[in-house]
Amino acid sequence: MNRFGFSLSKGRQINYDTNDRSAAEYVIAGEPSLLACIECGGCASTCTSGNFTSFSLRQLNILLKRGENDSLRDELRKCMLCGKCTLVCPRGVNTRNVILLAMEAFNKSQDYAV
Amino acid sequence: MKPEGKKRIWSDYQKEMADDKFFYVRSCIRQSFFPGSEQFFLNLMRNILGKDVYENPAHTTCTGIGYHSDIVLPATIMTVIARHFALMKEAGYKNIVISCVTSFGLYTEILETWKHFPGELEKTREYLWKATGREFDIPETVAHTSDIVYKFRDPIAEKAKVSLVDSNSGKPLNVVEHIGCHYAKMFPKSGIGGAEFPRVLSGMIEAWGGNVVDYPERRHCCGFGFRQYLVQANRGYSVSNTEKKFSSMKPYKPDFVLTNCPGCNMFMDKWQYTIKELEGISYGENGESIPILTYEELAGLVLGMNPWDLGLQYHMVQPEPLLRKLGIDFDPADKFRTKDGRQMPVPENLINA
Repeated sequence: MNRFGFSLSKGRQINYDTNDRSAAEYVIAGEPSLLACIECGGCASTCTSGNFTSFSLRQLNILLKRGENDSLRDELRKCMLCGKCTLVCPRGVNTRNVILLAMEAFNKSQDYAV
Repeated sequence: MKPEGKKRIWSDYQKEMADDKFFYVRSCIRQSFFPGSEQFFLNLMRNILGKDVYENPAHTTCTGIGYHSDIVLPATIMTVIARHFALMKEAGYKNIVISCVTSFGLYTEILETWKHFPGELEKTREYLWKATGREFDIPETVAHTSDIVYKFRDPIAEKAKVSLVDSNSGKPLNVVEHIGCHYAKMFPKSGIGGAEFPRVLSGMIEAWGGNVVDYPERRHCCGFGFRQYLVQANRGYSVSNTEKKFSSMKPYKPDFVLTNCPGCNMFMDKWQYTIKELEGISYGENGESIPILTYEELAGLVLGMNPWDLGLQYHMVQPEPLLRKLGIDFDPADKFRTKDGRQMPVPENLINA
């Protein structure tokens, strides 16, 4: 703790003007089917990782689109790439590729390296 | 909308204020931290505008900070405020002018309470009589000092020696106005322009030549908030609110902030130092911080008073860059000197100095 005995808390406001959405743009360029997502949550309900943890591909999708990269980076590590979500998606989104591209985007950017 | 209709609606947002004969009550924070402001208000009213303002040394704190910290009971605070009304009655005045926004909020809250619950008024009369043997009347008008300065903004503008204009570029200064939450957010009828269109400070800025800045968090709290501040571990909530407000106004490059509340003035001033120490962030241009002024200090500068007589050196964020911008001459050697020429101790860690 600093000498003041308290610290500054970051706001929880989502600011689209300042958030970095380059990772989302990279993923959508590589996997345009992500735009067809209706956020039904089928992927999250069938997820092996999400069975025992709070991991949710639907949440991950929202974080990616909002540019909330700090939370997204932590979430990505939980995916086991089994691909069950791809099988159940009613809109035909290649969700496994979405995860891979997001990891790739972060690995390319030093700021968000997974 | 027809202009007549607009005028009629706007008239609902005005408040009645007396022209003369005021009973003045001071603020605990302001007389401790910005003593020049209250001193200049009395000077302005009595010597420059020629008004009758009476001040009674028997006046005490309103106990508002204790009330908002849940350690002073409503019955107690009502009796304390009733005693102030009794002092006013004894001096023969009917118009109260309150220097503090916290006190102003409490006076309006208590007067509203007495209006809706006359039993509370009768109980308070009894408590005051038993405790002090005094009696009181409800004041005819209740005004905050910023209301009074707003009312006389045009006479002040006529006597002005300095305009709120950048002396180098000739452009109006960008001024952020910040109004204390307790001024009109609780009882909109008690403030000029209500809670929706507060006009009290923006009216002064425009009358004296400045440009009012509109920014996203304009009506956000300064961060004081009593409970957030009084417990040390909770002060992060207070300073985080201030950070949010300053981050929002920073892109609009304000030259200074004008406030009408003692708490806002103190916290927006001192938290800038704290944020600079904690995070290394400054919100003004060229790595400087933004000076925070009270409306009396601004009126004093506009009327050509010596900035050190107005007490500008007692702020954490020092006013020199702003004074240079306004083209005001000042003597740096006089900054921390008493009237009889003695050197006072110079505070450490001042910003913009």
